Amino acid sequence: MVKYVLKRTLYMILVFLLITFMCFVLIRMLPLPVLPPEDVHTKIVMMRREALGYNKPYLEQFGIFLRNVLTRWDWGLSEKLYYGQDVWSIFVQKLPASMVVNLYSIIWTIPVGIALGIFAALKKNTWVDYAISTLTMVVISVPAFVYAFLIQYLLCYKLQWFPFLMKGGTDWFSWPMFVSMVPAILSLSFGTIAGFARTTRAELTEVLTSEFMLLARTKGLTKTQATVRHALRNCFVVIVPAIFGQFIGILGGSLIIEGIFGIPGVGGLTLNAINGLDYNIFILTTCFYTAIGLAAGLVVDISYGFIDPRIRMGSKK
Amino acid sequence: MMNNTTNYDHIPAERFAFVQENEKLHDQDLQTKSRGFFADAMLRFSKNKSSVIAAWILLFLVLFAIFSPIISRYSVYDTDKLYVNFPAYVPGVAAMNIGIMDGAKTFDSQNDTAMLKWRAIAEETGMDPVLRVLNTHETEVKYRGQMVTRTTYDIEVNYYFATGMIYKTFSYDEYKALQAWQNETGIQVIYPYVDPADINGQTDTPNVWYQVDGSGVPVLDKDGNFIPVYSTNTSGTGVAYDSIRIDGDDGSYAYASAKAGAVQCRVLYYNYYQYVNGHEPSYILGTNLMGLDLFCAIGAGARFSLIFAILVSVINLTIGAVYGAIQGYYGGAVDMILDRICDVLSGVPFVVVTTLFQLHLAAKVGALGAFLFAFVLTGWISMAALTRKQFYRFKGQEFVMAARTLGASDWRLMFKHIFPNAIGTIITSCALVIPSTISTETQMTYLGIVNLRAFAGTTIGTLLSDGRAAATSAPHAILWPSIFLGLLMISFNLFGNGLRDAFNPTTRGVDD
Repeated sequence: MVKYVLKRTLYMILVFLLITFMCFVLIRMLPLPVLPPEDVHTKIVMMRREALGYNKPYLEQFGIFLRNVLTRWDWGLSEKLYYGQDVWSIFVQKLPASMVVNLYSIIWTIPVGIALGIFAALKKNTWVDYAISTLTMVVISVPAFVYAFLIQYLLCYKLQWFPFLMKGGTDWFSWPMFVSMVPAILSLSFGTIAGFARTTRAELTEVLTSEFMLLARTKGLTKTQATVRHALRNCFVVIVPAIFGQFIGILGGSLIIEGIFGIPGVGGLTLNAINGLDYNIFILTTCFYTAIGLAAGLVVDISYGFIDPRIRMGSKK
Repeated sequence: MMNNTTNYDHIPAERFAFVQENEKLHDQDLQTKSRGFFADAMLRFSKNKSSVIAAWILLFLVLFAIFSPIISRYSVYDTDKLYVNFPAYVPGVAAMNIGIMDGAKTFDSQNDTAMLKWRAIAEETGMDPVLRVLNTHETEVKYRGQMVTRTTYDIEVNYYFATGMIYKTFSYDEYKALQAWQNETGIQVIYPYVDPADINGQTDTPNVWYQVDGSGVPVLDKDGNFIPVYSTNTSGTGVAYDSIRIDGDDGSYAYASAKAGAVQCRVLYYNYYQYVNGHEPSYILGTNLMGLDLFCAIGAGARFSLIFAILVSVINLTIGAVYGAIQGYYGGAVDMILDRICDVLSGVPFVVVTTLFQLHLAAKVGALGAFLFAFVLTGWISMAALTRKQFYRFKGQEFVMAARTLGASDWRLMFKHIFPNAIGTIITSCALVIPSTISTETQMTYLGIVNLRAFAGTTIGTLLSDGRAAATSAPHAILWPSIFLGLLMISFNLFGNGLRDAFNPTTRGVDD
């Protein structure tokens, strides 16, 4: 097991480096931004460009980039948006907003989603089940930003329950901050609830019809006992890894939702870096999103092995 | 009688007869009509009510996308500079006065002065902007030491009529052409000029044609009528006005003011619009930020999205099928290497791919080409995985061995013998790839990472981002594209699910 985890992690790092290298080269190939001549930072940026080997072969540039990152955690300076500032420190400032909003969202959506799924599975083929399943399907289909528009229009503008945009400041866990986050949290929540409800329902209906459930009932357990002790445990084999995946995903934020509600998060930073062609920020966010994606996949895979002893990880098929 | 049918113990011998005695038994032809795979699937599909409904809605949406740009009087390149974010208005429907498509916009708390101004527009243009009074509020206000009752009204206004007059500068030729058009059609566009000096120096209020006091409040004569202050300074217009004059004009009113080789006129925009476009404004769903007809724009955007999504899924299907077939058929080292390539490609975030492709390729192959490449770069991976799985399932089976024994080549085995077995799964998953492509495409165009305005005129994503800019003042501009997108996604997904269940009854799992 340890060996398998190590192997997978190493492989993930290798894939990560490959992707980073490809993106790095593609970004470095783009024409460099023209620096404002009067600004005090220009000289520093020019010197840094020299030090980073901007006129050397790409492989060497990548080597220098990696060395800087690994030895000094130096991701370079912003050359456009936040002129002359350290990219990593800008990024770290943006991280909490994304994380807090996503955290609030998944904290309540996962239980609700799972509960709905269980409810639907237990009431299979009744109107409750049909209602939940159809609603789930509908909610999953509609992109999150459509809800965001609706929520913003109805709750923020018509009813004026919440502010239009997220409050400024860094008091992430204060009450006014929470209230200003609610529209964004809600917009992010629908999809997650529906996703979990659907997975849970599908998994639980399958488990409920399996033979060990019959055995559990035959040996005298009540329906509740059998469901809680046997069915739920088995269906969590699929759900728990998905929860882990969600938790890693909270780092990323959402490009669109963050834009709509003015959340000063990673998504907005990425978008600004793309539109403003700030390459160093773009490289950093690219690495970040790649790492999140790969890590989520890895954690989901590995957690399967931990949760379900029947799955022998890394064994030959 | 009852006894005869239930008394099996004593059945008389003469009731028995031989089925055959001295003849050979043959297999009989099937009496029932045989049902093919497709017909079977269709039967299963039609039993799934929600999918059937979804299919009808989908059909409607697709027809809408095809025909709305044709039906509409406008194209996606017809943008009006003034009718921006305007509500739905169709003259024919508005005339019926049933409360829809009448260009209505609610104005809250209009006081008496405001109401007078609306009346002035109605009197001059003959088009009453006030459609209906929704509420009347009466408040007691203390004014100069006395209690006065102030009445305010919540009214609905025809926003198109409310625009009223604008100042417009014409060249002499245009001015002449406009007069000729007026004489021909009898629709008055040019109204008498008003000199700002005559209305207390209020420039920029082309709708004021009456005497006002210092704070812009209309001054009425003793009968409660407006006092016109049309300019009579006819000198220097360059071109004589020889066309329709308003009632009460004794020929002394000036209809234009000279402005450096051109003339400035007070123009009734609603009629000027008819002069320019040849018809009255008619926007079934209203206009958006760009002054686009939403009815046409949504259709055109959706048409682009659909064609694009189908193109993407066809390309991805082809690449994925070949790639997955090679992976699945050869297995072993080939499979492993190809799988690693998939791992790397699928790890790159889509936003990054799109951005990089736009930055590198857009100049060479256009924004659309670069966007297409971005979709193709990673889109085929899931299709390849699907094909690979199917190949693993079928490649060990007897019919493949038989074909191989008969000397079939690898290629023939892959695509003549194994692939047809997997095609049902692949095609149906295509029905789910299309909506996800549309969704991603919409997000990218909404964010402005990809700008397809030059190529497609507009897309749903562009419409959404335009609509968002005025989400509070003109909610319809974001509502209609959102509803369309939502419906399209829901019906496509339901339809795709139904199709998948119908074609692969074994993989349903949901309702066994």
